[in-house]
Amino acid sequence: MKLIECKDLCMKYEGITAFENLTFAIDEGDFLCIVGENGSGKSTLVKGILGLKQYSAGSIEFGGVKPKEIGYLPQQTAAQKDFPATVWEVVLSGCLNRNSFFPFYTKENKERAKHEIAKMKIEDLVHKSYRNLSGGQQQRVLLARALCATEKLLLLDEPVSGLDPVVTSEMYEVIDELNKNGVTIIMVTHDIHNAVHYGTKILNMSRNGYYFGDAKEYVKTDAFRAMAGGCFHHDK
Amino acid sequence: MINELSVIFGYSFMSRALIVGVLVSLCAALLGSSLVLKRYSMIGDGLSHVGYGAFAIAAAAGIAPLWFAIPIVIVAAFLLLFITKKGKMGGDSAIAILSSSSLAIGMIVLSLCNVTIDINGYMFGSILALKDNDVAVSVVCSVIVCAMYIIFYHRIFAVTFDESFSSATGIRSGIYNVLISVLTAVVIVVGMRLMGALLISSLMIFPAVTSMRVCRSFRSVTVCSAIVSVVCFTAGLIISYYIDIPTGAGIVVLDLAVFLVFALIGRIRERQ
Ligand SMILES: Nc1ncnc2c1ncn2[C@@H]1O[C@H](COP(=O)(O)OP(=O)(O)O)[C@@H](O)[C@H]1O
Ligand SMILES: [Mg+2]
Repeated sequence: MKLIECKDLCMKYEGITAFENLTFAIDEGDFLCIVGENGSGKSTLVKGILGLKQYSAGSIEFGGVKPKEIGYLPQQTAAQKDFPATVWEVVLSGCLNRNSFFPFYTKENKERAKHEIAKMKIEDLVHKSYRNLSGGQQQRVLLARALCATEKLLLLDEPVSGLDPVVTSEMYEVIDELNKNGVTIIMVTHDIHNAVHYGTKILNMSRNGYYFGDAKEYVKTDAFRAMAGGCFHHDK
Repeated sequence: MINELSVIFGYSFMSRALIVGVLVSLCAALLGSSLVLKRYSMIGDGLSHVGYGAFAIAAAAGIAPLWFAIPIVIVAAFLLLFITKKGKMGGDSAIAILSSSSLAIGMIVLSLCNVTIDINGYMFGSILALKDNDVAVSVVCSVIVCAMYIIFYHRIFAVTFDESFSSATGIRSGIYNVLISVLTAVVIVVGMRLMGALLISSLMIFPAVTSMRVCRSFRSVTVCSAIVSVVCFTAGLIISYYIDIPTGAGIVVLDLAVFLVFALIGRIRERQ
């Protein structure tokens, strides 16, 4: 079943095109990796899918998932670096979209948060302050929060940038495990080798055109060789 | 000691100042943590200058000052939020323009209409400024602000921590940004004359920044700032009565002292 289908999608910033004529679809159970050079419009596309930014042409259709049922892991913001909040407070906040008008957390919310915390193996961090955690631990906390909001579709914008190689492969394992348990994944990444290893589909964006298809096909393309041959940049 | 306090607060102007001040300090501290964390600290500053302009016009026109200033400052809060989000001008430039224009307009109106007001009291706070019906309005406003904050506490936390995530999962972040700035506007107007236009915004920021030195959770930051804020206000009020200094200035200096102590504790803890 198609969860999201984008047709001839264009997005602009004040008249300047970020990308145009993008067509692709995500099926239930997919692990889609979005790769491409800096400034090719990956984060912009993510914002379009989430409805955080209007697109200028084309369409995005949702099937089997509501636009508000997408768990999101943003690129980290500067404000979060010194934000005083415990892991428990952060994870629990993912449940808020379940209580439409009720202002406080229900018992059910708390059970759910505990469940997701256990799934991410961060039980021992629950009372720690988010700002004092390592990068990898923070990502697990944000994953747990996203899972509180939805179990259908996760959208991750560069979850492994800035993590060391060991923690990076741990993160991929965690995300892959979620995918095997039925969570559809869309992930923006710079890490092309892991992208083709774990991803089932690849969307390669660049300023002159794009590639969308199975990961197995993608590795045979010139676009892949160009990405894999070049040096890697991590943007913030 | 107890006796002496009961004498001080036996004066009706002191008891009025105490009631309004404690409530305003509480509200200011609650909102302060969100303002600091959202990098909105300067909004409070801008709004207090708009409040000054509005009070000046109200004084010149002979209108009830609070009823006039509250809606004006709320409109200014909307405007600032809108300009910061949508406009081409940066938020800080917008605030600078808005606050200096309001100050200038206020001063011109006052001098044209030959109204004399206690400028010192307006800028740095005066315990004599409150009248009986101001107390009623202030109490009602503060209770509403506190209630709104408690009801929306979890959502305010979520939107403050991560606006994109909240929006993506269906929380209407825009509404909560508006809520925070409208409540801020109300607190600033209500607290302005007691604490002073120049100082009220720092009274919102100080307790939050102080608590963030040592507290680990958002909840403890909220509770700790509320306590710091109320304690510093009450102590500052009593001290300013005894040594006859502007109330707002006394409170700010106390807040500074507490901040330095907390910062030191935070440092020592980090070392360990
Ligand atoms: N807020 C913004 N305002 C104007 N232009 C932007 C903004 N954000 C991104 N852009 C531009 O849009 C293009 C795509 O950016 P982005 O989606 O962040 O790329 P990526 O995530 O692939 O590095 C870039 O050329 C960038 O300069
Ligand atoms: Mg990006």
